[in-house]
Amino acid sequence: MSTPTIDEANPHSAALDAAESGKVELITVTLRIRRFNPEEHPDAVWVDYQLTVDPKERVLDAINRVKWEQDGTLTYRRSCAHGVCGSDAMRINGKNRLACKTLIKDVNPEKPITIEAIKGMTVLKDLVVDMDPFFQAYRDVMPFLITKGNAPTRERIQSEEDVQRFEDTTKCILCAACTSSCPVFWNDGQYFGPAAIVNAHRFIFDSRDEGAEQRLEILNDREGVWRCRTTFNCTDACPRGIEVTKAIQEVKRALITRRY
Amino acid sequence: MKIHQYDTVIVGAGGAGMRAAVEATKRSRTAVLTKLYPTRSHTGAAQGGMAAALANVEDDNWEWHTFDTVKGGDYLVDQDAAEILAKEAIDAVLDLEKMGLPFNRTPEGKIDQRRFGGHTRNHGEAAVRRSCYAADRTGHMILQTLYQNCVKEGVEFFNEFYVLDLLLVEVDGVKKVSGVVSYELATGEVHVFQAKSVIFASGGNGKFFKVTSNAHTLTGDGQAAAYRRGLPLEDMEFFQFHPTGIWRMGILLTEGARGEGGILRNKDGERFMERYAPVMKDLASRDVVSRAIYSEIRAGRGCGLNGDHVYLDLTHLPPEQLDAKLPDITEFARTYLGIEPYTDPIPIQPTAHYAMGGIPTNNESEVLLDNTTVVPGLYAAGEVACVSVHGANRLGTNSLLDINVFGRRAGIAAAKYAETAEFVELPENPAAKVVEMLETIRTSNGTERVGEIREALQQSMDTNVSVYRTEETLKQAVADIAELKERYKNISVMDKGKRYNTDLLEAVELGNLLDLAEVTAVSALARKESRGGHFREDFPTRDDVNFMRHTMAYREVDANGDTSVRLDYKPVVVTRYQPMERKY
Repeated sequence: MSTPTIDEANPHSAALDAAESGKVELITVTLRIRRFNPEEHPDAVWVDYQLTVDPKERVLDAINRVKWEQDGTLTYRRSCAHGVCGSDAMRINGKNRLACKTLIKDVNPEKPITIEAIKGMTVLKDLVVDMDPFFQAYRDVMPFLITKGNAPTRERIQSEEDVQRFEDTTKCILCAACTSSCPVFWNDGQYFGPAAIVNAHRFIFDSRDEGAEQRLEILNDREGVWRCRTTFNCTDACPRGIEVTKAIQEVKRALITRRY
Repeated sequence: MKIHQYDTVIVGAGGAGMRAAVEATKRSRTAVLTKLYPTRSHTGAAQGGMAAALANVEDDNWEWHTFDTVKGGDYLVDQDAAEILAKEAIDAVLDLEKMGLPFNRTPEGKIDQRRFGGHTRNHGEAAVRRSCYAADRTGHMILQTLYQNCVKEGVEFFNEFYVLDLLLVEVDGVKKVSGVVSYELATGEVHVFQAKSVIFASGGNGKFFKVTSNAHTLTGDGQAAAYRRGLPLEDMEFFQFHPTGIWRMGILLTEGARGEGGILRNKDGERFMERYAPVMKDLASRDVVSRAIYSEIRAGRGCGLNGDHVYLDLTHLPPEQLDAKLPDITEFARTYLGIEPYTDPIPIQPTAHYAMGGIPTNNESEVLLDNTTVVPGLYAAGEVACVSVHGANRLGTNSLLDINVFGRRAGIAAAKYAETAEFVELPENPAAKVVEMLETIRTSNGTERVGEIREALQQSMDTNVSVYRTEETLKQAVADIAELKERYKNISVMDKGKRYNTDLLEAVELGNLLDLAEVTAVSALARKESRGGHFREDFPTRDDVNFMRHTMAYREVDANGDTSVRLDYKPVVVTRYQPMERKY
C-alpha cells in the first residue's frame, strides 16, 4: 500500500497548486518612472525601463532590479518589503500603494506601469518626498496616551470590547498613502489630513485615555476634521485596510455629541 | 562638516533605541540618529508577542522563564543576564501597557497571553501561556507606542542619518567613547556628534542571507563600526533560522500561528514534529523545528514539485480565530501567495531571522573591549548587542522583551554616566576616515557592481552557512567571502551626487555585510560542535568540555594592511542550571 499523499488526504485548491508550482513564466514589463533630481535638472521627466520579471513578484522587486542592474541613480525609500514599515508608498498607475504590497500581475503589466512620488508633498528626488510636514501634523494631535492621577501598580483593566472600539486605527503605519490621496490635502497643505486624524481617533476612543477633549479641540480647527469631504480616497488608499473615512466621521460625531 | 554636542547619542530608533531614548531624554540632553524614520524600524515587523511571566491566565513565574531561556539558548546563555531578563519582563510589559500599548485582553480585562515555542511550565512539563500580544502585530504596537512616547517626551531625532564610524579615544591609558560620525542622506553632509555616552541600538545584520525575514536595511552598521574600531563581536556564528518564512520569499509567519494551534505538515499530511519533539511538538524551540523541517525535506517528504518546503496548516482553526488573532499573517498568505489560509495550508521554509551574537555587553549594557574591560561611555542594546541572554538560540518573544529590558537599562545607564562624565576631546580630523571611504566609493571608476556582489554573498551564505553546516561548506563560504571582498575593492556607483545618494549608501552597507559575513563564517568554522542555531553535520553533538564558551572575534590588521579575524573565547556565566541534554 502506498502512503496516502496529501492530494488524497486534503485536496489542493487550484490557488495552492499555482502558488507552489514553482513555475515561473517571465514577462517583459516597462516601468515608467517619474524622475526628478534638482541637482541635475529643474524639471521632472518620465523615464522608461524595460526588464524581464516574474509577474508574481512585487513592484518593489522590479524597482530594486532597475536600481541594481540598470540605473543606480534611481532613488526611493524602502525597508521591510512586506507592507509593515510604511517606507515605500508611491503612486502606481495613478493609485497610492505600497510598492512592496503590490504584485506586478495586479497592475496591468501589459501596458507601461507608471510610478511616481505620492502627491501633495514636496518631491526631493525621484520617489522621495519631504515627510516632515506629515509627521508634524501627526505630532500636533498629541498622539500619546494622556492619563490623570497615579498609574495603577498592575495593568489598566480594559475589556476586549473597549479595545475593539479603536483597534482599527491602531494598525496605521504612517506611510502617508491616505493623506497624499486626499484632494482636500492636495489643495490645502495645512489640512491635518487623514493620517493625523486616524491617530487622534486611536486615542480619543481608547477607554484608558483622558485627553480626548484636548485632541477634539485641536481637530475642531478650521484645518481640522471639518475639511473632510468624504471622498473615500483615503480608505481606498490605505494598505492596512483601515476604514479611514469612517474614523474621520466618528471624530466629527464625537465633536458634535462630545461622546466617545 | 558639522559638529554637534550631546550628552547622550543613541544610534538607531527601533525598539531598543526608542526605549532607551524615553529614559535618556528625561535625564540628559539626548539625540537619536536613525538611518530611517523611527517607525520604519524592523521592530515593527515582529508579530507574535513579548514574553513575561505575568501569570494572567495560568500559573507561571520568572524562574521558569529563566530556565526556558537558558535551555532554549542551549546553555550558552549567561544565566545572570537571563534572570534579569525574566524578572524585569513583568515590569517591562506593564510599562508598555501604561504607555498605551493596546494588548489583547482576557475576559477580565487583563493582558491576555498565549503559547509560544520553548516557553514551558515547570521546566519543560508542557507549553505555558506567557506571550503578551496584540494580535500578530505586537512589534508594530511596541514600535508605535515607543514612538508616541518619544513624541510625548520631546525626543530629538535626526532622521535619515547613517552612523558610519565610532570615535574612541585613549585617555590615560583607557579607551573611551568620544562620539560618532554620521552621514546625512538628504544632503550628503558628514556630521560629527560628540557625546559623553553613546548607545548602539542599530539592529541586526540578516541581509547577508537571501531568504530572510529581515528588512533591506538590516546591514549590521553598528556591529561593523565597532568591529573596525577594534572591538570584539561575540557569538556571531549563532544565527537563528525561523521555521516559518513564506516559501522562497522569507516573509515571517509568526510562531504565534502555532501558539494558536497551527500545525506543520509534510507532503504526506503528517504532523512530523511529533517525531522530533514529543512533548512540545510544533512549539519546540526554533532551531529544533527548523532542523526538523530540513530533515523532512532531505528525506523526500517535502511538498511541491521540488519537495523543497513544508506546510503551515491553519485550516482546522476557525476563521474567526484567524481574523482576531492572526490577521496580518493570513493577509500575507493571500497577498504574496494568492492562497486562502482558511482552506489552504501555507507553503513555508526556514528563513534567516535573528543574530544571537553582536557587540558584547555586560548586564548594565556597557560594551566590552575584551572579556571583562568596559569601554567607558559606550553601550549597546537589542539585536546589535550580545549580553548574552539568547545564547545559541533565542526563544520566540524574548527579542521584544530584550529590547525593552536592556533598552531601558542602557538609556538609564548612559544618561547617568553622562551626568558626571566629561566630554572626551574629539580626535584630530574625526571624520577623515569616513570622508575618505565615501569619496573613494563615490568617485571610483571600478567595474564591479554592488548588486552583483551582494547577490553572490547572499547565495553563498544561504548555501554554506545555513541551518546545516560542515567544515566543507564553511570553508567554501570563507573562500567566497574573501573573493567577494577583493571584488568589493573595485566597486563603483552610478550616482555621483550628494542628494539622497542611496546608491552610495548601499555600497557602504555591502561593505559592512561582507565584514560581518566573514566573522560569522570564521566563527562557525572554529566551533566544532553543534549547539542551538549552529549545527555542524561533521560534529553533530554539543561539546560542553571544549565549547561551552562564547566566541570573541577581533579584527586583526597585519603589516601589509590586510585584515583577518582572530578568535578568542569567553566563559559562560552559570548560576542555577547545569547543562543537561536538550529535549522538547
